[in-house]
Amino acid sequence: MSTASTDGARAHARAQAAHADLGTPATPAGVDPNALVWAESVPAGSHTTRVLGRGTRLRLADPDGGACAHLLLFRADAPWERLNVADTMTVPWQAYLGAGHPLISDQGRVLATIVVDSSGRHDTLCGMTPAGQQAMLLGALKHGLDARDIAPSLSLFEGVRVAETGALEFTGTAGQATAVEILIHLPVVVALTNTAHPLDPDPELTPLEVLAWRADEQLSTPVNDEPEYLRALFNTESTWACAQNH
Amino acid sequence: MTLTTDTHIVADEIVAACAPWSAVLRAGQQLQIIDLHGNQAVDTLFYGVRGDTPDPNLRYSAQATVAAQGNIFLTCGSVLRAADGTALVTIVADEVGNHDTIAGACSKESNTLRYGHHTLHQHACAENFLAEAARWGMGKRDIVSNVNFFMNVPVEADGTLGIVDGLSAPGKSLTLRADTDTLVLVSNCPQINNPCNGFDPTAVRMVISQS
Repeated sequence: MSTASTDGARAHARAQAAHADLGTPATPAGVDPNALVWAESVPAGSHTTRVLGRGTRLRLADPDGGACAHLLLFRADAPWERLNVADTMTVPWQAYLGAGHPLISDQGRVLATIVVDSSGRHDTLCGMTPAGQQAMLLGALKHGLDARDIAPSLSLFEGVRVAETGALEFTGTAGQATAVEILIHLPVVVALTNTAHPLDPDPELTPLEVLAWRADEQLSTPVNDEPEYLRALFNTESTWACAQNH
Repeated sequence: MTLTTDTHIVADEIVAACAPWSAVLRAGQQLQIIDLHGNQAVDTLFYGVRGDTPDPNLRYSAQATVAAQGNIFLTCGSVLRAADGTALVTIVADEVGNHDTIAGACSKESNTLRYGHHTLHQHACAENFLAEAARWGMGKRDIVSNVNFFMNVPVEADGTLGIVDGLSAPGKSLTLRADTDTLVLVSNCPQINNPCNGFDPTAVRMVISQS
């Protein structure tokens, strides 16, 4: 197909999508396809971002066992409020992420809660490689943010444990077909990279699957009943109520 | 030419209990932080300096520091790094050990979660950091996970972590050496709801020296 003319170039451009394989992840069992709002496969080394509304359920999956999802959250309506990884550990008195773990902002609110975790190999301590930081920066720049907004991140699907001496042990992946699901409590910019864990001695990255669907009804039941979590929910809910016109 | 080992004092200041403090260390200068009364958390951030201006893109990264040394605890020999790996300061002497850099700074907002809403209007490190950073032309976006000198935060086998009684004692100190021109931003922690200050915030002493 000649691309010497605009007609030829247009035909060439338009012919490409018909044969493309997006690798779009399948809708999970039990999820209404009509409620699905996002389905994307993020290849090794790449990044993706999206504004997610309150009441969205975000599913990050590692089908092939080599993904490493680095995650940042910013409040979409006030992006100077962001995920605070230190408070995400100290508020629930827990360094290791898992089901029930709140993702806390620097303003004492729960931006999101992990509700499902079939991996158990995650990390809040080590952040990203320089390549991961660069990918995350590109995602952030698209939302008017910049390097100063790239705060400490958390990572999913590659684990780290701390010995009594404080030494870090890289525990790697839990294997194929694991997933983490996160309930979003306030409108957020979610920024994700699928890049190596800095302690991974031999990263063999595979695609990261991203799915999201409406799950507003799940906001009405607290994910856990710990006092710190309930106070974080109170701060989140009262902030949301204050910002509404009705 | 005469070789000299003379050291002269550039600054010797007392940081009052609960107060912020900052200073620029020129490359090679040392900062001794003296825990005058014992068990006083000194929340600290570092920013590379170009000329006389801090570079917010060359700020301390707790995660890069921890990943590079493969250990969560800071002590003698720990190199405190920016996100790109740049060495900002190195701990060259330490009488205490196990300084924290994963638990972050207290804030009025997080105090409401950790201790209850009655603590909302108590002073907190995030307020000190914001006020002191603003003096250098920086803002909220530039405040990230910090170092907590003299604060003890173990992580247990099941991931439980928390601020427990400190390992420091009156008069104990540590010393940092600037590897590049670096702004040191401090909140002398005002927290009264956990043992990081022995429930009694106290003054610390800062001695900057030049060899």
